[in-house]
Amino acid sequence: MTTRIVELRRGILKKNDELAAGLRARFTSAGVLVLNLVSSPGTGKTAFLERTLRELRVGGARAAALVGDLETDNDARRLAASGAPVRQINTHGICHLDAEMVGRHLDGWEGVALGGLDYLFIENVGNLVCPSSYDLGERIRVVLLSVTEGEDKPLKYPGLFNSADAAVITKIDLAGPCGFDRDLAVRNIREIRPGIRIFETSAKTGAGMNDWLTYLAEQRSR
Amino acid sequence: MHELSIAASIVEAVSESASAYPGARVKEVRLRVGALASVVEDSLQFCWELATEGTPLKGSALVINKLPVIVHCEACRVDAEVEGVQSFRCPRCGEPAADLRQGRELEIESIELEEPEPGEPGIATTAQAEERI
Repeated sequence: MTTRIVELRRGILKKNDELAAGLRARFTSAGVLVLNLVSSPGTGKTAFLERTLRELRVGGARAAALVGDLETDNDARRLAASGAPVRQINTHGICHLDAEMVGRHLDGWEGVALGGLDYLFIENVGNLVCPSSYDLGERIRVVLLSVTEGEDKPLKYPGLFNSADAAVITKIDLAGPCGFDRDLAVRNIREIRPGIRIFETSAKTGAGMNDWLTYLAEQRSR
Repeated sequence: MHELSIAASIVEAVSESASAYPGARVKEVRLRVGALASVVEDSLQFCWELATEGTPLKGSALVINKLPVIVHCEACRVDAEVEGVQSFRCPRCGEPAADLRQGRELEIESIELEEPEPGEPGIATTAQAEERI
């Protein structure tokens, strides 16, 4: 027997990365701004997205959403009340979305053409670990953190927070009752991701939504 | 807990590459994993056994080379290792450093194959294997 070393030097998730690059090219040529929303379960991604979709619609923008969950189409039904096209992705136990799932659900999405959209939101499965490795072809990765989760979440999950392009603090209307220290939370987020844009929002009261919508419009026109 | 998916992706990629060397057995798979890759080493090792079961990689060792986070500091004009993944600052001047140069890697570096000697019965020779590449 002889031993041979074969250098491979290839990404483990190369297939996903290639599919994601293909999606990104499609999104760019269609002129749609795609955002990947990531957070723990219960941060309020769906409520935040619901409000975002509603306000974008009022402002005349065309937005749609793909929403990932292990099971049920509850979130899709909730989001559909905004009037925007919404499609559920059930992963059946898989803890993250991948580019193949996104591509498959874009194909054959009745009544939705990428070229007819200004924004596409992809609500990832609630998880602060695994989604960080899977590129979905998005241009902006948004990490959400609620005031009920504690200010040190970014320090506990640096892999994901460091990979984000924008951060949204949700349920800011509960900051007082929860004893949430905003300055500390903002400092922790920036410790992990220096220079990142941070929005303090409440889907309930609408606080901070204008800044967020302005940011979306700016990013879209870039 | 996506280590099983990761392990399955490694098995797929290595099987593909190893098929160019008929008769060879995969002894070892070496990875480069950055500190920010969100992969738990113990969990990946545990999943490795499951993922390789019933494949030509069964019994192979998984060697994980962990890579620290390296940032580029604009002010100091150096690439430097951060003191920990809780703080992305230049270790020299202490300024925040967002420019990541290493730490997200999730790669298969190399594989070690055990091949039969030329002429051993029933198995293709190294020379034949090389012709196929």
